Amino acid sequence: MKRLFLYTLLSLSLLAFKAQAVVTGEMIMIRSSEAFPEAMALLQESISQHGYTLSRVQRVDVGLSAKGYKTDKYRVVFFGKGKQIQSLSARYPQLVPYLPLKIAIYAEGENTILVTSNPSVFNDMFQLPELRPVFNQWHKDISSILKVVQNQN
Amino acid sequence: MGFSKQTYQRAPATLANLLALFALLFTHNLFASQSQVQRGEQLYLENCSTCHGNQGKGGMGIPLSIDSFLNSASNQYLKKTIRLGRPERIMPSFYWLAEKDIDAIIEFISTWRNAPAPVWNQAAIKGEVQSGKALFTQHCASCHGSKGQGGTGSGMRFSRPRDLPITAPALNNQGFLNSIADEMLHYIISHGRKETPMPAATSLGLDKQEINDLVSYIRSFQQQTLRKKPLYHEEPASLIVDSPYSFDETIENVKRAITGSNFVHIRDQALTDGFKLEPSADSKQTVIYFCSFSFLYEALKIDPRVGMFLPCRITVTETKGKVQMMSINPRHLSQLFNNNELDTSCSEMHDVYTSILEDASL
Repeated sequence: MKRLFLYTLLSLSLLAFKAQAVVTGEMIMIRSSEAFPEAMALLQESISQHGYTLSRVQRVDVGLSAKGYKTDKYRVVFFGKGKQIQSLSARYPQLVPYLPLKIAIYAEGENTILVTSNPSVFNDMFQLPELRPVFNQWHKDISSILKVVQNQN
Repeated sequence: MGFSKQTYQRAPATLANLLALFALLFTHNLFASQSQVQRGEQLYLENCSTCHGNQGKGGMGIPLSIDSFLNSASNQYLKKTIRLGRPERIMPSFYWLAEKDIDAIIEFISTWRNAPAPVWNQAAIKGEVQSGKALFTQHCASCHGSKGQGGTGSGMRFSRPRDLPITAPALNNQGFLNSIADEMLHYIISHGRKETPMPAATSLGLDKQEINDLVSYIRSFQQQTLRKKPLYHEEPASLIVDSPYSFDETIENVKRAITGSNFVHIRDQALTDGFKLEPSADSKQTVIYFCSFSFLYEALKIDPRVGMFLPCRITVTETKGKVQMMSINPRHLSQLFNNNELDTSCSEMHDVYTSILEDASL
């Protein structure tokens, strides 16, 4: 009985490891069943819960509307870890155009779409092996941030 | 010869191990089959729902849960479509999903079916290509394009009023042609798609042979192998230009060049603004944001995902006395979107960035 319990434990831990080792494409996108304001609030909360600071929200729809274009809600959320961004941008100037991290969030009818590039693609884009753990951690964190928003449905 | 006492003592323990393993495998398999649909639903929500909707009602992607789609879509078609995607038409190839994950997604999609999944004959249908071409021009080209290239726009509510439930698919897409059997194509043309603008060919007065001709014409778009879109890996991910001017002069030059390119300067800010940090003693970094609202609007109409690289910005940095200007390289990034419509806009934006960076450094 004790052995069966141990096998079960081992099997479950293997499954859990497998569930975390997810490979995804070049983008990370989710659909939230929440309307835009609720999804935006959830996103901001999730970013902060994951230890990141929200630095700015670009109100793309406000700018477009002011110029007479018809648009639904569309925002870009900038976030990151300040000291990390300061340090990386000083050492690797080629990363500067991609910092801070961003998530585009926009209304799709009654739902909300959230989309960002997968930070793992930075591994190919910049060929900086020493930063692989950083990019992969961003991938893991952003996936988790978005999953929280999606699972609040 | 014979078993030692130690062997006899070990036998029950080995048997217990085997039984324990067997029980584990049995219960695991039972659990797996019961949760296949749930697992498929979870995978669907993670990978498909953004475009196709949580209930398969469509959005950026086509509606999957409508009867007229499900009645024609075999499981083999779905499987190949997920695996191959639609090159250059947004739907990515889900190359990273395991075979069993794709099966689970299909099993979940099948819960929307009101009838068993069709199984199509894979044999080629023989028709007259030239006759099919004439019929295509007359009946199909207005929605699917003169060369079967499909409708434009991403289908998102943001960018397109919902007067049509879907964007007309590209029939010349190699992912589509490598997924669909002639018999399935024949069925779709014959029956149309009731919940979409696609009419049944029979209602247009076309007979079986004419539909065969159409199938043969559409099949003539297929190439021997899936053509891979050329990647712009030779392009750097960032555009970086050294400035011969001081940090402050460069910022002014960039602003002047932005206005000269008919873009509007929006604001400047330090890269780390919003993080409550002390300014770095080692380097100065100012981000200059700018925009052309008409260009932005058109780009978002093509593909709303492009917003993740907005707004336009050039960063001026000074490190150890060296002043540089830098931006993203839209031509490098266009490959992320799998959207050939967007490539032109990305190329135009690349030229705008290059021109501003060059002007500012003159």
